[in-house]
Amino acid sequence: MTVKVTKDETPGGKPESVTGDLVLETKGVTLRFGGVTSLDSVELRMLRGEILAVIGPNGAGKTSLFNSLTGAYVPQEGKITFRSGKGGEHSLLGCKPHVVSLLGVARTFQNIRLFGALTALENVKIAAETRLKAGPVSIMLGLPRARKAERESDLKAHEMLSYVGLDSKMNELGGSLSYGDQRRLEIARALATDPEVLLLDEPAAGTNPTEKRELEELIRRINTERGVSVLLIEHDMRLVMSVADRVMVLNFGRKIAEGAPEQVQRDPAVVEAYLGVAPQEEPAAEGQE
Amino acid sequence: MSSGITKTASGGPASTARLRGVAWYQHPRWSRLTAMVAIAVVLTMVTGEQGTDRDIFFALREDFTGPLPWIWLGLCLLVWTVREFWSEPIRKVRRASVAKSDPPVAWVRGQWRGDRRIRQLVLAALVAVAAFAPMGLERYWHQVLVDQIAIYVLLAIGLNVVIGWAGMLDLGFVAFFAIGAYSAAFWTGALPVDPPFELNNFLVIPVAVLTCLIAGLILGAPTLRLRGDYLAIVTLGFHEIVYITAKNVEDFTGGARGVSGVEHFSIDMGFSYEWKLDPLPYYWLLLGFIVLLVFLFMRLEHSRVGRAWTAIREDQVAAAATGVNTVRFKLMAFAIGASTSGIAGVAYASKVGYFNPENFPLLASVLVLAYVIFGGMGSIPGVLFGAAFLVWLPEVLRDYVDPRDRYMYLGALLVIMMIYRPQGVWPSKRRQRELKMATEGTVDGDATAAPAGGKVS
Amino acid sequence: MSLSEFWDFLVLGVVLGSLYAVIAIGYTLVYGVLQLLNFAHSEVFMFGGYGGLIALTAWSPVTSPSGFQSVAYVAVGMCAGAALGGIAAYGLEKVAYRPLRRRHAPRLVFLITAIGASFFLYNLAGKLFGRNAAPMPTMYENKKLFSVFGADINITQLLILISAVVMMIGLDYVVNRTKLGSGIRAVAQDPEVASLMGVDIDKVVSRTFVIGGLLGGAAGFLFGTNQQVFYTMGFLPGITAFAAAVLGGIGNVRGAMVGGMLLGIVENLTVGFWGDGWRYVGAFAVLVLVLMFRPTGILGERVGRTA
Repeated sequence: MTVKVTKDETPGGKPESVTGDLVLETKGVTLRFGGVTSLDSVELRMLRGEILAVIGPNGAGKTSLFNSLTGAYVPQEGKITFRSGKGGEHSLLGCKPHVVSLLGVARTFQNIRLFGALTALENVKIAAETRLKAGPVSIMLGLPRARKAERESDLKAHEMLSYVGLDSKMNELGGSLSYGDQRRLEIARALATDPEVLLLDEPAAGTNPTEKRELEELIRRINTERGVSVLLIEHDMRLVMSVADRVMVLNFGRKIAEGAPEQVQRDPAVVEAYLGVAPQEEPAAEGQE
Repeated sequence: MSSGITKTASGGPASTARLRGVAWYQHPRWSRLTAMVAIAVVLTMVTGEQGTDRDIFFALREDFTGPLPWIWLGLCLLVWTVREFWSEPIRKVRRASVAKSDPPVAWVRGQWRGDRRIRQLVLAALVAVAAFAPMGLERYWHQVLVDQIAIYVLLAIGLNVVIGWAGMLDLGFVAFFAIGAYSAAFWTGALPVDPPFELNNFLVIPVAVLTCLIAGLILGAPTLRLRGDYLAIVTLGFHEIVYITAKNVEDFTGGARGVSGVEHFSIDMGFSYEWKLDPLPYYWLLLGFIVLLVFLFMRLEHSRVGRAWTAIREDQVAAAATGVNTVRFKLMAFAIGASTSGIAGVAYASKVGYFNPENFPLLASVLVLAYVIFGGMGSIPGVLFGAAFLVWLPEVLRDYVDPRDRYMYLGALLVIMMIYRPQGVWPSKRRQRELKMATEGTVDGDATAAPAGGKVS
Repeated sequence: MSLSEFWDFLVLGVVLGSLYAVIAIGYTLVYGVLQLLNFAHSEVFMFGGYGGLIALTAWSPVTSPSGFQSVAYVAVGMCAGAALGGIAAYGLEKVAYRPLRRRHAPRLVFLITAIGASFFLYNLAGKLFGRNAAPMPTMYENKKLFSVFGADINITQLLILISAVVMMIGLDYVVNRTKLGSGIRAVAQDPEVASLMGVDIDKVVSRTFVIGGLLGGAAGFLFGTNQQVFYTMGFLPGITAFAAAVLGGIGNVRGAMVGGMLLGIVENLTVGFWGDGWRYVGAFAVLVLVLMFRPTGILGERVGRTA
């Protein structure tokens, strides 16, 4: 593959001109591992309430971006700002992962990371409980506060499980669920932390067409019913095109395009990044795994 | 110790060997035979004579000229023969017997889970038995019950929180035991330095717990961020530092001579009672502590704290991403373990009255570890049983087995347990599932991150 | 502590440090390929001491050996020590670790197994060879050779230094220049890929243990020559050497050498300043401090994968 990374400014019409309420913003985020630059001054502007998809070939730095946003990696340069709907501006750069989660940015993992030996219910409860305050002493003494917290987390977990449609499987072990169910359980766990922004890392990978349709619907519901802004990494172009409000394209750690799905799909730089050469006609960027 | 070899040598029926065109002597059977011979040699040395430093060959000569090696060799060959040529019929019999024995166990389990009152009744009955049964024993056993079993059970309950629930290997556990004991000595005025005011032993307990808590936090806060296996070595270093300090700072700790004259427990509120040299009242006191702690910790296990620990143990990254403050929960486990150890320290110091740094060797940490693992990490009944049984066993065997060999058998037991039954004799359900899933490659299994070793075998 | 005493302790520290460095290599190599702290390596070291003792006792050296005889004694003792160390390490890997590796056991299980094996081995040695310290038979007259800044250096010290340096150079060569060495490095980086590339992981792991065992065994013999042989002799040098490996950056062979040297010097200077009772406190304090402020060690982790 001989891809020249040239384009820096976004081509075509600029949806950024829509100055909405920014919920997540990065400025010049640069992440290096030794000599390898994984993210190269990435600018991300995410509007409140939108579904923004991040696409790009393998190794483009999508998951690195997620990890930087959630505190798993600390980029060497740049700014990451999260503006909470409850007011307050937080820099996420160098934040510990659990603090990021507490602020209201939840995530799922590309390679599902559930607590396999715990039941589905317990998996979600762990997430719900991080919002509650009940220390070890009050638990050991069985104080009313601890019992109330336990009830609340129970309720929340049940609610989340039925929201993603797993209520019938709440007593099964996380590790023994089917692949699609595990993906949904991960989403339920992320939702149980009451996030404002949800980062989904390839939620459709390895799911079958039916599950994909359900997932599509679930993402829309999360977005509209719960008002959660969704940042989505996905390889499945059909899913991206149907759910995303806007799409951002990464290649070799740089943003090469951003805009409405149809627009991005036609962008020559994007097509080149996916196929390695400028296309003759057929501009689809699908199926590049 | 080592019949693990039988499993390691790559198995596979003779037919596959033939298909691959392997010569007869390359059959895994023969490497297993070699392994069995090696085991016989080791067993001979393990069960043979005690050596002496005056003649370094004495034990080896005695062992291998007598009948012992032949006995072991015979036994090992028998095992080998049965395993190689008779394994199928035996497996059939075993399968049949397993199928038969399952229903009653399932019935008991169902009853146990089904009814809360049955559970409470059985537990109350057990406590009552534990309280009154020792009255029929000799005084020697009372002593063993208090000085050894009860103290070690307390320690094991504490270590279980750290290793069984939070998945951290703490090899400096006994250092907190020592800190508890020295706190007791300090606040009752038995140390060379005088305390600002003397305290009753019962009041020393919260003070000692606090001291251990602080010591645990000081040690834990910087080190718990480290990789799990570094923690083992840092805690080990911490133990050595505490031990060496206790030995060398004579003006404060009494140095290697030790501390004497720690007061006994006593109550003086309206009525007064003093625990004296008679071990039985001490036993009841300690039993009270144990029951109380078990009660409190049981609640923890099935609460958000216990779940958070499990999450950290299984996948730290996912736990943190879910919002679990991993360092805080690890520190919590560490501190809870340390304070339990501190309580045991106070009780021990008050009971024996005299102690020195040699009472807190690193060995003791490893012993407690062995008890927890034998019983089943993360399972309170398992840990209670493991500690009680393994402390009791050498006392019974003291007339048959040289007590100096105790730790050799203990080491072998640890290895064998880890190879064949890492979940312990009375495992916790969560732990058992994790180990099973780790074997299947689904989860990591503990907080020490990626499983060791090449994944491809 | 006067200046001349300082030099005395420094020399002692360098000598001891070179031994620590050799033992630390054993920890670091195994950590590199298995990501495992082989706690039982200290027992390998102890068996090395007994290997030398047994071989020399069996040969029963003459009371005043000639130069040639002395060299032969040392050579035999060192080889025997290295051999027993290698056997112990090989057996350890085969019996204790391989079954766990097959099962992908969690790391905690490995650590506990290592501790159990360590307990078994040193108590077995105590049972077989007696529980009192035994001196190494006299192989040469241990006289002063020369002095550096007023600090005397005797034959044993020089022997330890030279052997340690030779072993370290040899090991560096093996790891960086030979086929086995590239196998070790490959497994350390990524066992799965290494095995796909045709590296026999079991064999590499086994040989890594043996290499570590040979070095540890030889170090055990040298330690026994310098002091005495006893069944618990592995414990403290083992922990210190382990600390040295971590200090230098675990998985990093050159780091282990640097770390070992450093801890040997720190230990002896601690003794110089505060007395023998505090011997091991300095080393542990350094370890804890380093881990707090630079968890990857002085030179960083290299052979091993980074987490």
